Amino acid sequence: MSDEDLAIDEEKVEEAIRAGEIAVKIRGLRNSFGEQVVHENLDLDVRAGEILGVVGGSGTGKSVLLRSIIGLQIPDEGEIEVFGQPIINRTDEETVALRKRWGVLFQGGALFSTLTVAENIAVPLREFYPHIGNKLREDIAAYKIRMTGLPAEAGPKYPSELSGGMRKRAGLARALAIDPDLLFLDEPTAGLDPIGAASFDEQTRQLQQTLGLTVFLITHDLDTLYAICDRVAVLADKKVIAVGTIEELLATEHPWIQEYFNGPRGRAAVSAQKSHGEPRTPPDLPQDGEADPVGDTPEKDD
Amino acid sequence: MNDAAHFTIEDRDGGPVLRMGGVLAINFLGSLPSDLDAVTEPVKAIDLSDIDHIDTIGAWLVHSHAQRLGAEITGADDDTRRLIDAVSAGSENVVRVRPDATPAVQRILSQIGEATILSVQTLLGLLGFFGSVLIATWSLIRHPSRLRINAVVQRFEVVGVSALGIIGLMSFLIGIVIAQQGSVQLRQFGMEVLTVNLVGRLTFRELGVLMTAIMVAGRSGSAFAAQIGTMKLTEEIDAMRTIGVSPMEALIMPRIISSVVLMPLLGFYSSLVAVFGGGFLCAIALDIPPVTFVQRLREVVPITDLWVGLVKAPVFGLIIGMTGCFQGLQVKANAEEVGLRTTAAVVQAIFMVIVIDAFFAVFFTWVGWI
Repeated sequence: MSDEDLAIDEEKVEEAIRAGEIAVKIRGLRNSFGEQVVHENLDLDVRAGEILGVVGGSGTGKSVLLRSIIGLQIPDEGEIEVFGQPIINRTDEETVALRKRWGVLFQGGALFSTLTVAENIAVPLREFYPHIGNKLREDIAAYKIRMTGLPAEAGPKYPSELSGGMRKRAGLARALAIDPDLLFLDEPTAGLDPIGAASFDEQTRQLQQTLGLTVFLITHDLDTLYAICDRVAVLADKKVIAVGTIEELLATEHPWIQEYFNGPRGRAAVSAQKSHGEPRTPPDLPQDGEADPVGDTPEKDD
Repeated sequence: MNDAAHFTIEDRDGGPVLRMGGVLAINFLGSLPSDLDAVTEPVKAIDLSDIDHIDTIGAWLVHSHAQRLGAEITGADDDTRRLIDAVSAGSENVVRVRPDATPAVQRILSQIGEATILSVQTLLGLLGFFGSVLIATWSLIRHPSRLRINAVVQRFEVVGVSALGIIGLMSFLIGIVIAQQGSVQLRQFGMEVLTVNLVGRLTFRELGVLMTAIMVAGRSGSAFAAQIGTMKLTEEIDAMRTIGVSPMEALIMPRIISSVVLMPLLGFYSSLVAVFGGGFLCAIALDIPPVTFVQRLREVVPITDLWVGLVKAPVFGLIIGMTGCFQGLQVKANAEEVGLRTTAAVVQAIFMVIVIDAFFAVFFTWVGWI
């Protein structure tokens, strides 16, 4: 991919924002902590209605990017616009109006530990739309619980009584409580078992299609990238080095991207995707006659 | 799209039809939920063909009222239909919001019962922990080389040296307060000079050590519980065990040794500073010159008062160190527990220190150190 391909056509972007096709626009973002610069001159567009996966090595500032977009981290420089409205230098009232339009699932779920799951989901409703009656609010919390695939018994439970996967689903239900247009997910499948992770992916995809959400998804999970992401943005060298479908990314020559998608795990995820969600056969090894990374498959033991 | 959600009821052939219009989304709902609740007569259908946009909350309203009024939903396009199906899926399973409340009597009884069981368990646990501390002490006496001298010295600094400032200030002020309050009362009998007795005996026997114990429990006992509790959460203690390091030797004993050794030193220091504070007030407010104050102090404070303080101090230190470490080790599941255990460590340490202090008072009277 040459530099010209990477350059963003500002006119087209402006047009797209007016047409509501671009949900988040980031230009020239710079973030630093003391001496350490995390982002430098970072540009990124999130299109409305897509699931954008954000990948990058540890410490490349994926979470910092998310925190900048939702206004928890004030960048040193740069502009961020969500639905055409700038995030930086806003009054509190304006920020509240924007916050109603997005939901965030934090890494550990970040549920309020003194409230039950259903009460947790009701919190954003109560804060942003206080005129909604108690009965309706509880009804809404109840169907959010069902929609995110939680069992009905989870409603009156406290977060400490839930498993990690259920906590993530409850966090998702809370993020979706006020029907946001934009959903931020920070490593939603980290720490889940493969079955739980796959069903979480499926749930995310279904909700995104049913509700027409735009999803900004930070992940390390290659299976998630292949299964549900429309486009993938790669963070490295303090900026977004490439955005595109996985095929487009594979066509670039950046060594990190090549290693990421063509490493043994990357190829395993591809072959899993090719078999269309069928159960993976245990020796899921590269087929091109390279050195066997496991080394003790049954055939060799014979 | 700035069209608030609204509805009208029309009579069509076949019966009344509830016709929805506007934007059926959360920020356009306005009074729609309560207006819909007010509709009681049955309608045949809910017509959605006029709505501009619908979100899940609108879909839920339509679904729940359609069920309540026995109406069918008509005029919905594919997206709306999908949304309504999504929110209504599984709606026969009732989701409760809060756990069922238990009756007050039952709740109070069960709380009393749980508290009783908990305190017995804590007492037994502490006793068991005391046993393992004794065993560890014995093995350290037999193999002194296993004492982690660096860790102990480091604890000395944290528990002792860095506490000197705050304990000194507290003791100085306490000395002043005792002298001031005492002199006001004693003046009524013309016995202001007895203020020296009051300050000297009270600080050496009781207050110096007791206030120090409270301060050390708050400063170090809580820190022990929080540090060890966090280490349990991050599995550091399990990791230690697997690589053959005994947490008892590496973590617990240095903390307990430091609090046992430093409590008498800090207690003595505190008594001295309190006496200094009392002397300061006597010199300023009561015109008792420092020389007289010291002379009188030597006459009225027997040396046994110092021993009383110094005998109690290491016991208090042991209690503080043990409750801190014990509560820290009880942390199991989550970060919230670290906070609870830290509080418990401080409360239990102070409570037990005061109880033991009462026993000591009786004991010293019995042996004649009055």
